[in-house]
Amino acid sequence: MIKGGERRGGTIFVLLALGSWYSLPVPTLSPVRKKTASRHAVVVRVTHWLTVVAFLALLVTGLCIVISHPRFYWGETGNVNMKPAFTLPIPASRDTVPTAYKYVMPDENGWSRYLHFEAAWLLVITALVYGAWGLVSGHFRRNIVPLRGERSWRAIGARMAQYLRRAPPDKQEENSYNVLQRVAYLAVIFVLFPAIILTGLAMSPSFVGAFPAIALIAGGKQTARTLHFFLTWALVAFLVVHVAMIAITGFWSRMKAMTTGRATKEEGE
Amino acid sequence: MSLITRRRLITTGVATAAGVTGLGVAAKLSRKYGLVPPDCKGVYGAGETLSYGAERLFARHAMAREFPRNMISAKPFANEIAPPKEAFKKMQARGFVDWKLTVDGMVEHPMTLSLADLKTMPVHSQITEVSCEEGWSYIAEWIGTPLSNVLNAAVLKPGVKFIYYHAVEPYLWETIDVDEAMHPQTLLTMGMNDGDLPVGFGGPLRLRVPRQLGYKSLKFVTHISAVDSVKNIGKGLGSVDPEFGYSWYAGI
Repeated sequence: MIKGGERRGGTIFVLLALGSWYSLPVPTLSPVRKKTASRHAVVVRVTHWLTVVAFLALLVTGLCIVISHPRFYWGETGNVNMKPAFTLPIPASRDTVPTAYKYVMPDENGWSRYLHFEAAWLLVITALVYGAWGLVSGHFRRNIVPLRGERSWRAIGARMAQYLRRAPPDKQEENSYNVLQRVAYLAVIFVLFPAIILTGLAMSPSFVGAFPAIALIAGGKQTARTLHFFLTWALVAFLVVHVAMIAITGFWSRMKAMTTGRATKEEGE
Repeated sequence: MSLITRRRLITTGVATAAGVTGLGVAAKLSRKYGLVPPDCKGVYGAGETLSYGAERLFARHAMAREFPRNMISAKPFANEIAPPKEAFKKMQARGFVDWKLTVDGMVEHPMTLSLADLKTMPVHSQITEVSCEEGWSYIAEWIGTPLSNVLNAAVLKPGVKFIYYHAVEPYLWETIDVDEAMHPQTLLTMGMNDGDLPVGFGGPLRLRVPRQLGYKSLKFVTHISAVDSVKNIGKGLGSVDPEFGYSWYAGI
């Protein structure tokens, strides 16, 4: 049984050890230090990875939830006695839903819903922190909103053509997003994520009770559900392109930039 | 890599300690003001507490959406229920004249009510939506008497925090917090659309809780009990649902 005094002493020892270790000089690991440039602020990095975790949890649990009723409707109501707008050609996890299959999938709705809403809270809180900081710090204005000379279809078309030609990127793209990246991130941050959150909330009886306007904006509970489904795939499409582009342009240096916050500069700069 | 200085270490340490203390205080206050759901433990507890806490803080008296008559679903869906047992079928054959609703627990006047007794209480109707956790929904008119009428007749004792209710099969049980129970839309329902509440939809008696998903609107209710804690009912998680992996609070 560790007594109070021993516990206090042990804690002090650990804190002193940590403090001493951190104040020791660290020898450089290589004779020549590579030059690095700061690339992503700590708020960007932390909220980015929290969003990744939350989104993956939401996607997996969302799929588990949707298979309990793989039919979609427009308007306010919809159930197996009503004609759906469309159905998914997959088996369901409930036998009350008619499908083309003779079996039902395992029912994961219980824990999926628990985790879906917990991850939703993580996403919403992270988004609020990132959104507030992004506005106040000028991050959105400097890094996400397209630059003044590039706010045109011509600029978008030109950068797209550059990609299709497989021409190398411009020098300034080392530390500044190009117009296509800016438009994509703008759409994801200010359109897709808010819309998927709002359509999710529009399915909550309690939230709609508190804010009835959301049901009207979403066009009805079942329309919200259908839109929520479409928005999922829009975000998945973004995710695929996002990861592909990072992989093509140097996966590990991009990962380093988004974790340590610094990108290695090329030699001769 | 940003420099780790002694000053930064101390500042971060103090900030973390303050944050943790703040969370501890918040947790204590949350419990005191009923912001924490009974299924708050475990890996999903944080999410559940945020959802239920948000409802308790911002939506405690919010009204579920009520719809115009022309939005009543022509084709509602009666979710599959277990085949009725013999006792239920006998009561059904006699038109449910001997259906009993027992009201007890922390009340001044425990009572047993028949459907005829309930029908002498003020009649309310609401056109609200049943939303299932599977994702489907329908709108119907529900006719009956608000649960608050029954609880006021029984007179709740001070300190009641939850209303426990179960179906003719006692393993189907639920609880709602007392504010939800006293909410004007929480309805002891005996009629649906143009007639009596059909058995498929929970007849003869269903407790409609329209601000939450359909599984809180328990069918075939026979017993209502006022309690100050759900810790000793079942596994103490608030309803039978968490024991099957579903959340106690079903407002979302």
